[in-house]
Amino acid sequence: MTAIPLEHILILASILFLIGFVGVIVRKNALFILMSLEVMLNATGVAFIGAGSVWQQADGQVMFMLILTLAAAEVAVGLALLIRMKHQYRSLDIDVLSDLKGQ
Amino acid sequence: MIILLMIALLLVFALLAWRVEKYFIQAPKVVALIAVVIASFLFCFQLFQAEHRFEVWTVIVDATWIEAFNIKLQFSLDQLSILLISLTLLLAFIAIAISWQEVSERQGFYYFNILCAIAGIIGVFAASDVFLFFVFWEVMLLPITALIAIWGHENRYFAAVKFFVFTQVSSLCMLVAIIMLAFMHQQQVGQFSFLYSDWQQLAFSPETATFLMIGFFIAFAVKLPSVPFHSWLPDAHTQAPTAGSVLLAGILLKTGAYGLIRFVILLFPNASMQFAPIAMTLGVVSVLYGAKMAFAQSDCKRLIAYSSISHMGFVMMALFAFNYNAFNGAIVTIIAHGISSAALFCLAGMIYHRIHTRDLAQMGNLALSAPWMAGVTLVFVAAAFGIPGLANFIGEFYSLLGVFAVSPLHALLAALGMIGSAIYGLRLFQTAFHGVKRDNTSTKIEDLSIREGAICLVLAVLLFLIGIYPQVLLQFTFQGGY
Amino acid sequence: MMILAWLPFYPLISFALLIAFQRQLSWKLASVISVTTVLLSALSSGYLMWQLSFNDVTTLSVNLWQWFTLTSFDTGDTHQVNIAFYLDRLSAVMVCVVSGVGFLIHCFAAAYMKEDPHFHRFMAYMNLFLVAMLLLVLADNLVLLYLGWEGVGLCSFLLIGFWYKVPENAAAARKAFIITRIGDTALVIGLLFLFTSLNSLEINTLNTLAQGEWPLTEQRTFWITILLLGGAVGKSAQLPLQTWLPDAMAGPTPVSALIHAATMVTAGVYLIARMHHVFIQSPEVMTLIAWIGVLTLLIAGITALVQSDIKRILAYSTMSQIGYMMLALGAGAWSASVFHLMIHAFFKALLFLTAGAVIYALHHQQNIFKMGGLLKRLPVESAFFIVGLACLVALPGTSGFFSKEAIIGHLWQSPTAGPIFWWLAIIGALITSIYSCRLFFLAFMGSARENISIVKSDGVLIKASLSLLVILSLFGGWLNIDLTTVFQPLTTQVMKQEPSWLHSVAVATPFIGIAFSWWIFREYRLGNSTKIAQSYQSIQTNRVKRWCYSGLGFDSLYTHLVVTPFMFIAKVNRKDLIDQLVMLCAWYAKLLRDVAASLQNGLLRWYAAAFACGLMLWLGAWLV
Repeated sequence: MTAIPLEHILILASILFLIGFVGVIVRKNALFILMSLEVMLNATGVAFIGAGSVWQQADGQVMFMLILTLAAAEVAVGLALLIRMKHQYRSLDIDVLSDLKGQ
Repeated sequence: MIILLMIALLLVFALLAWRVEKYFIQAPKVVALIAVVIASFLFCFQLFQAEHRFEVWTVIVDATWIEAFNIKLQFSLDQLSILLISLTLLLAFIAIAISWQEVSERQGFYYFNILCAIAGIIGVFAASDVFLFFVFWEVMLLPITALIAIWGHENRYFAAVKFFVFTQVSSLCMLVAIIMLAFMHQQQVGQFSFLYSDWQQLAFSPETATFLMIGFFIAFAVKLPSVPFHSWLPDAHTQAPTAGSVLLAGILLKTGAYGLIRFVILLFPNASMQFAPIAMTLGVVSVLYGAKMAFAQSDCKRLIAYSSISHMGFVMMALFAFNYNAFNGAIVTIIAHGISSAALFCLAGMIYHRIHTRDLAQMGNLALSAPWMAGVTLVFVAAAFGIPGLANFIGEFYSLLGVFAVSPLHALLAALGMIGSAIYGLRLFQTAFHGVKRDNTSTKIEDLSIREGAICLVLAVLLFLIGIYPQVLLQFTFQGGY
Repeated sequence: MMILAWLPFYPLISFALLIAFQRQLSWKLASVISVTTVLLSALSSGYLMWQLSFNDVTTLSVNLWQWFTLTSFDTGDTHQVNIAFYLDRLSAVMVCVVSGVGFLIHCFAAAYMKEDPHFHRFMAYMNLFLVAMLLLVLADNLVLLYLGWEGVGLCSFLLIGFWYKVPENAAAARKAFIITRIGDTALVIGLLFLFTSLNSLEINTLNTLAQGEWPLTEQRTFWITILLLGGAVGKSAQLPLQTWLPDAMAGPTPVSALIHAATMVTAGVYLIARMHHVFIQSPEVMTLIAWIGVLTLLIAGITALVQSDIKRILAYSTMSQIGYMMLALGAGAWSASVFHLMIHAFFKALLFLTAGAVIYALHHQQNIFKMGGLLKRLPVESAFFIVGLACLVALPGTSGFFSKEAIIGHLWQSPTAGPIFWWLAIIGALITSIYSCRLFFLAFMGSARENISIVKSDGVLIKASLSLLVILSLFGGWLNIDLTTVFQPLTTQVMKQEPSWLHSVAVATPFIGIAFSWWIFREYRLGNSTKIAQSYQSIQTNRVKRWCYSGLGFDSLYTHLVVTPFMFIAKVNRKDLIDQLVMLCAWYAKLLRDVAASLQNGLLRWYAAAFACGLMLWLGAWLV
């Protein structure tokens, strides 16, 4: 099995990260923002795993497990907030939540 | 100790006036009146008790205050301070008398502010420790701001903030100069000192002197006010309640003149001598610009406010002419303008109280129903445009004479201000009291009440007295250092 | 000396009483008070005049109190300015004229203004005016003179605008005060100049200095005299500050008679006569005065030719007569000038008061084109008016003849005037007689053009005061006032020979004028209504006439040159440009605040984008 060069992995991770980030910025729907966040998290996961395999160390996979649990927890909290939001504002538009800006 | 006692007494009575409102709604004004009466008696007592005639600045109270910086609680009096403190007390009576029926809400706090302002102003005129002077300078500022912001007219917050910002920024310049002087004293003598008398012993290089002088000059030029620092004044005067305008025009502006004499001219004689052409030019510009702007106004209080700028231009110009005639002129103008502008603001207040507008276009033919009011207004307007026989003429004539000897061109231009003052004065008088309103109705108003008549009478008599027998003032003339 | 000290202050008592009690005093009591106090002044001045004329005293002076002290700039000496009076022949003549004519006019006014609701205020102002005028005349120094000077100006303002409800009256009052104020300011600057140069403002000291070695350079003297002249020109309604006087006729007629004919407007003449020793030092200015006088008298005469309002005609004739006085001053004919001043006060007061009586009788009709035939309807008034006009045109035998001849006689040989001034003065006299005839023909001859009933005035006071003025106008010329102790004649080098026909031409001039107008105004004389109506129309339609009617366009010239720019600047800068600049700082601070605040928009995705951009910038910086 030929080793995949690190550059390729990192480029893939960057592209995934960028897609996620653009998703965060351009989507108004909070659900899609959450999903985009997941994509971004996964992009870092890819980078970690790639780095782990390059250095022949398990740390990368450990980190990925950590990120996975973190993402699960985050989604749990995030979705709960989402439901509250839907309940209160009857919308998932994130810009509705701009009361803190003051005047 | 008496001067300290006076100030303390005014402050204590101020608190008392504030608190007592809870129990007797009408009591604060009485408390305020009593405080001013006692303060005046104390002041007279102080003058009669002393053997000398205060020809030089004599220390009368001297106590340690903040030892670490060698700041003292030192008060001194000379004829200039005495004159200005007397004016302050007189106008304090007027301010209280004029608000007697005008102010009905939050009376306690109102009189608290008035008494605090007066205490601060007296402190300014008497303090000879400059740190103390600065403290009083700030103390008099806050109550006046409060007076404008709480009891003012429709645009009061804006005016109060503008007033506050202008004075704060300018006194910052003075603070820098004060701190620098204290440090210089430390360098030269080895110890901090804020005492005016110590500072007179300091040696400056010409550049430092100019720098420090400018620091003080800006603070006082804003207060005076001189063009181009004048623009707080029309707003503040217009929006302030009548008593506030009286205090502002009558005394607060004079603290600027006092500061110019004490801290600019006497402390840095050489630097100010060099600066004189610029200062005189500023004065002349103020005279003409003020007159011009006064003519253009339709709000009668604003008109009077701009006329103040014009008159204080005479003071600025005369102070920097450096001769006896001009100095006499400045002193007489200070007092005369204090009285006449206070009187005009009182009258504007009385008219406002009756018809609830300050717009000249809304008035007209008031002389028909209020002939006495028209008569006294004419007297004060005539004073403002320098009819001989009234106090302002003496001041203007002296100033012009003094300035003419130094710089004929300045005097010539300033004399044009006399035409300008006639134009705006007549406009004020005629549109308010003569003619008819544009819609051809005439407003019926009550003539002067006895209280108002008494206020006007006192002020008019003083103007006449100074106008035909100015020795009453000129024997006070303080000539130390000139 | 008590008499002199109290002289100007009697009317002040009356002023105070009238102002204090106002309508609590009945008409009778109020008029008695105001007239008596003036009478007291008049009697005192008569007594003092008698003392000066028949005793050996040449001057009297009294020092009341020290007003203020001035410090000399170069020597440091103090110079006292006192409230002090000084009386010599000149001021005595003036005091007599002021208080005497003032008394008669007060009598007239008490009856004339009886019906006015503000009678008390009117009499009080008139009294105050007399106080100020007497102070002006008696002043021992120029500052006190200036006090009187401004005082009369203020009273004039109040009296012109007495019926203040009419906006035109208020405007006329304002105009009069402001234009004279321009002159007054010149006068003040003159005083400043005098004091800085000579360290004194006492009239005597200055005159003594001028009689001895005059210490000032020619240029300084020139400016000082020009500035004093500026004051005189403003007060006496001479070119170029003459435009206020015709409008000042808006005031009640006694005011026009007292202030704008007999006394206040001659203050400028008095000032120059008083300071003539100083003026002598500057021959150029003397010639300038003569030019101002002669031009004013011509301009005013021409304007009077086309006026329709009887009071305005008289106002322009006042201007022109004061022009004669100025001309005399410029020619160095001091006594002649003061003599004419006195005589003019008599006959012009007479003319104005009679005109007032006529106007009153005709229900306040002032337009001469609408009068006519008054000779039959108001015979007594007409007789009075004829006497006044005869003095004005200087018919031989009247007092006006003596005084005007005295002036004209001096002109030819004067070193500062000359033949050209003589000719112009003769032309002026011609014009005077023409406009007088025109006025007389239109108003008094022919037949009544508007059928208005005559209001009978019952005033004995009116008739009595008018009769006294008639006597003064007719025989005032015989009053022998000797002013040689006061005045210093101009030093003349070689006498130019006077042509022999000079005197006869001068005497004949008024007759030529009358004959000319007899012919040219025959339609007016005969009362041809259509012709009269036509010529009344032509004042408005004919461009030359309209130009003359407006006083040769000076008013509109000043409006365009001074008033409009002044108003424009005032309007443009009403908001205070400097304030706008200062507020720019505030506006800038507010702008910064807004920019900063807009970043805190509460939009999550903006925050995320900003976060990413910041991170990228930071990373980029770190890498580079």
